[in-house]
Amino acid sequence: MKIDALTLASAGEVESLRHIRQPLPHDSGPKHVQGAAQYIDDIREPDGTLHIALGLTSKARGRLVSLDLSAVRTAPGVVAVLTAADIPAKNDISPAFGDDPLFVETQVDFLGQAVFAVVATERDSARRATRLAKMEIEAEAPSITVEDALARGETVLPDYAFGRGDAKAAIASSPCRLEGQFRIGGQEHFYLEGQVALAIPGEDGDVHVYSSTQHPTEVQHVVARVLGIPDAYVTCETRRMGGGFGGKESQATQWAVTAALAARVTGRPCKLRLDRDDDFVLTGKRHDFRCDWQVGIDGEGRIQGYEVEHLARCGYSADLSGGVVDRAMFHSDNAYWMPAVHVGSKRLKTNTVSNTAFRGFGGPQGMLAIEHVMDQIAWATGRDPLDVRYANFYTPGQNITPFGMEVEETDTLFGLVQTLERTSDYRARRAEIAAFNATSPIMKRGLALTPVKFGISFTLTQLNQAGALVHVYQDGSVHLNHGGTEMGQGLYIKVAQVVAEEFGIAMERVRITATTTAKVPNTSPTAASSGSDLNGMAARVAASAIKARMTAFAAEAYGVSEDQVEFRDDHVFVGNHSLPFTELAKKCVLARVSLSEAGHYKTPKITWDRATATGRPFFYFAYGAACSEVIVDTLTGENRLLRADILHDVGKSLNPAIDIGQIEGGFVQGMGWLTTEELVFGKDGRLLTHAPSTYKIPVASDVPADFRVALYPNANREETIYRSKAVGEPPIMLANSVFCALTDAVHSLDPTKPVPLDAPATPEAILRACEALRGRLLG
Amino acid sequence: MARDAIRFWRQGQVVEVSGFHPRTTLLDYLRLQKRQVGTKEGCAEGDCGACTVALGRVREGSVHYEPVNACILLLGQIDGAELVTVEDLAAGGPLHPVQSAMVASHGSQCGFCTPGIVMSLFSLYYEGERPVTREAVNDALAGNLCRCTGYRPIVDAALEACGGQPSDAFSIDHPGRAQSLTALNDAQDVFIRHEKGFFAAPASEASLAALYAEHSDATLVAGCTDVGLWITKGMAELEKIIWLGRVAGLDRIEDNAEALTLGATVTHAQAFSTLAAIDPDLGEIMRRFGSTQVRASGTVGGNIANGSPIGDLAPALIALGAGLELRRGDETRTIPLENFFIAYRRQDRAPGEYVRRVTVPELKANEHFRAYKVSKRFDEDISAAMGAFKFTLGGRHIADARIAFGGMAGTPKRASETEQTLVGLSLDEPATWGEALAAIGRDYQPMDDHRASAAYRATVARNLLFKALSETASGQTRATRIVGQREALEAAE
Repeated sequence: MKIDALTLASAGEVESLRHIRQPLPHDSGPKHVQGAAQYIDDIREPDGTLHIALGLTSKARGRLVSLDLSAVRTAPGVVAVLTAADIPAKNDISPAFGDDPLFVETQVDFLGQAVFAVVATERDSARRATRLAKMEIEAEAPSITVEDALARGETVLPDYAFGRGDAKAAIASSPCRLEGQFRIGGQEHFYLEGQVALAIPGEDGDVHVYSSTQHPTEVQHVVARVLGIPDAYVTCETRRMGGGFGGKESQATQWAVTAALAARVTGRPCKLRLDRDDDFVLTGKRHDFRCDWQVGIDGEGRIQGYEVEHLARCGYSADLSGGVVDRAMFHSDNAYWMPAVHVGSKRLKTNTVSNTAFRGFGGPQGMLAIEHVMDQIAWATGRDPLDVRYANFYTPGQNITPFGMEVEETDTLFGLVQTLERTSDYRARRAEIAAFNATSPIMKRGLALTPVKFGISFTLTQLNQAGALVHVYQDGSVHLNHGGTEMGQGLYIKVAQVVAEEFGIAMERVRITATTTAKVPNTSPTAASSGSDLNGMAARVAASAIKARMTAFAAEAYGVSEDQVEFRDDHVFVGNHSLPFTELAKKCVLARVSLSEAGHYKTPKITWDRATATGRPFFYFAYGAACSEVIVDTLTGENRLLRADILHDVGKSLNPAIDIGQIEGGFVQGMGWLTTEELVFGKDGRLLTHAPSTYKIPVASDVPADFRVALYPNANREETIYRSKAVGEPPIMLANSVFCALTDAVHSLDPTKPVPLDAPATPEAILRACEALRGRLLG
Repeated sequence: MARDAIRFWRQGQVVEVSGFHPRTTLLDYLRLQKRQVGTKEGCAEGDCGACTVALGRVREGSVHYEPVNACILLLGQIDGAELVTVEDLAAGGPLHPVQSAMVASHGSQCGFCTPGIVMSLFSLYYEGERPVTREAVNDALAGNLCRCTGYRPIVDAALEACGGQPSDAFSIDHPGRAQSLTALNDAQDVFIRHEKGFFAAPASEASLAALYAEHSDATLVAGCTDVGLWITKGMAELEKIIWLGRVAGLDRIEDNAEALTLGATVTHAQAFSTLAAIDPDLGEIMRRFGSTQVRASGTVGGNIANGSPIGDLAPALIALGAGLELRRGDETRTIPLENFFIAYRRQDRAPGEYVRRVTVPELKANEHFRAYKVSKRFDEDISAAMGAFKFTLGGRHIADARIAFGGMAGTPKRASETEQTLVGLSLDEPATWGEALAAIGRDYQPMDDHRASAAYRATVARNLLFKALSETASGQTRATRIVGQREALEAAE
């Protein structure tokens, strides 16, 4: 496997930085490999801890007419059974809209919805006891598909649209018009650590909740809401998650609240860890979409007008669907200029679990749809798909998005794609593949190079803020805390690098500590790729304030001016003197100088008025491109990714090793979404792919043996933390190239026809498309 | 007199455990009873590998470490083995080579899958051939899901750590280990009584036959890779469990020129090379069977006995003409393997009767075998369809055919009409194959499920027959396969 990641990253001017831009390993790496990193289920339970299991509905839609829990209550080990009647205040765990009950009262909205909780001395007893409930539901026919919801006209939020010009007229007057319906499947997060929370009751109704959550503040707030106590009585703590990917943004709350409620009722510590199958059934997924599109193009394949309607299957409640579908709309253009455009959306209500955040947050769906349209244009015009993309790229003067924001970095987009075209040897391989396919009747190869332009910032503007708390102790050790959570993405090490850099001290002096609402309040979720942008800045604000006080003290003590004080190499250089950082810390304490600071940061420049669809929702865009080559067995639809070349823009990297990890991991996760990961719901609303035995994420052999990943040298033009760019989500969409390469391979069977392939491109979907190009149906 | 405790070896000590509930899993023993929480539960069904631990057993005089899924392994099954968990590798000292390579390669992000990955690599560190190849690493990791890294750095770490000969605390201490482990493996029956039931591990067929005749309501367990899910997912109230893993002789492999006989407790890992020697395609099916962990625990006999409608091994063995020997008390009988499968999850097995061994005829010079596993994902997936073909040739014509499919009916099933239609066809006249290709559509009425639609399965079955005929005609597979090309497999031998 070839990795030349750092060759490009190290280009550029010389900076005198000690920790920033270093490929430091994940701070928990040595603990991970020894099994010593503590996850919530690993915390040694306090004496008398009780365990919770949930009782679920067996119907997807209807009314709960009777519930007999008597056998549950008398089952071995059972201490308490909780229902909606046990909730002290509000039966509402929703992030915003009040439409997610903790427990069903009468209305049943999906199959697997929680009705009651069993609290027992062992987890096994609790799970067994749930089976003894007698539950009667007057069932109605559920809405499962987009079409079901459209027929009923049920949505979770109002329709929303924006655009520019008269897209319909532009399409109608174009020399060539294309249209279609494109379906995009959902995706299960499959974080390796399932959902889990442990609640420990304190005095006066206090509760301390350990939650595997990306959003401790929301857990705190919702626990307080449900229990009817002030936020200040609730502390939520998260040291690390075993993966999140958006699945623990709003949907870690329910388990934490259930545990807190059980702790309140029983007065004992209570833990809820979902079984993996329940985790699949009970937690929302990436939204699946139907995208109805129309495009008008000129003879060169340039878009004259584009209309797309995103029909998103949201599940039973709003959850985060508002933002998710908005972001799909914001990425309906991807990298392409659309003179006249209309982007519409429906947030459809189905009787399935409420779909939620998933890395990319709707962006991948919006972007895949336009990439599919690019391929359709290429098939219609006979042009190379990459040339069609070039023909439509944003360029200076034609660089306003459908939502009115200017794309300032058209040169980055263009330069990056051109570089990748060259380094991936796209043209020569295109010719080689055509020659191969001409002599290979069964095996067909395909190639695609697709770009990514991804907007960075929460589109809900108020979320673009962060806090950090830094203490320097008298021995010179530094306590670092901030509002961001660690889910494996390396946020903690990046922020620690920022603080160590600020003080000029060794990384070992900075003690990374667990995220807790007691230290940094009112935080945003660790989401929207914003973790290091926001928390890195907040931590620097805090550290630099302490440093300023230390500087002022040192300057005065040694009688020099402040600009003669320098922090580096674990020392402080004060004019002609130098002293260890530790010593200055001690002197400051003795001189009654405060060495503690709470830093706060808010992202500048952004404004977004959703009502008028105007403003600048994103601080900047992150760019990338990937070139994928696949082989397809046209007798079975089996396929393999043979080679992938990636060039990605992380600005100037804070930590290239961590960033490469995000890029590769995101690409492979995206590849899973578009190939083997298929969610299947039965007609009754039952999720049939509810475990890793039936839901297939990529394994090691799915990763191409020839995998070339590089960072594009490109300092962020905006003033971000050390001119870096966010990296969490954008790489997911690099995998669009895999999907497009698969369609390219199928297309070679009959270049006169479009490829009727939806996502995910499972072997079955691919074989169906192959048969269609051969003029046949499956079966 | 039966032993009333299991004994295993850990960190240089013999550990005895008795009085446990028969269905206690190894993972629950570690996490809940010992409070050793380095080993993680990711799925509790043997599919994600987060719970992987290594078991050392003496084979041919030396200790071999195999990775197993602790979540679906019964505690009793580690009797006689050395147990190595992720906490044991460094044990407070310097990191093990696979651990330090994982840190240096940035092989962990969220870290939750990492203990299991480390343990799979620990086994590869000992058992992998040198130099270790990327393909061997992929196979070693097929049962370990990672959702963060995209695997590239983990594969790099494996190639780095497993590049040379093993030299760590475990390899240095090997001779003493082998003796200690050998000493644990006595010829005593194990019988651990618990309230309403027991965990029993008879040491001889006589003990097994007697015990099972007396308790025909007991659950027989060999590898527990399926029964484990009845416990963790089905919450089955299993009270009486008889583990076959200590029965002397049931793990015997007999290989003569005519046939291969595999005892019921031969694991997939143990059967791998002898089955691959019959035909490279059979080896390829075994390579993709479950995962390294599942193959280390799961047995050929168990895979047959539990009657999976897919059970990749059964269709392949049926096509080869395998026979099955069953025993109850002192009586044994032998039947063609295909007759064992009566209906969905219903087998021709009387109360108290157990699968004793399976006999697989070797291929003759004019017999050509092809097998294909089609699934959503190449590795560690249950087949949408699994087809196996044996063509007996007379010159360039088909004199006889045996075809069996998994995933196409409620049981593994032969394609009787297709087999007859094929007789007399010329390999050199593809235009005449149409009737046989149509016949396979009448032999099977597959179903729609979450793995595939009936329409897909029907098309694939037809296309696999076409593929098998084309490949037999040409002797080539490069132009017809993505994985398991026979030219590469044969070159590797």
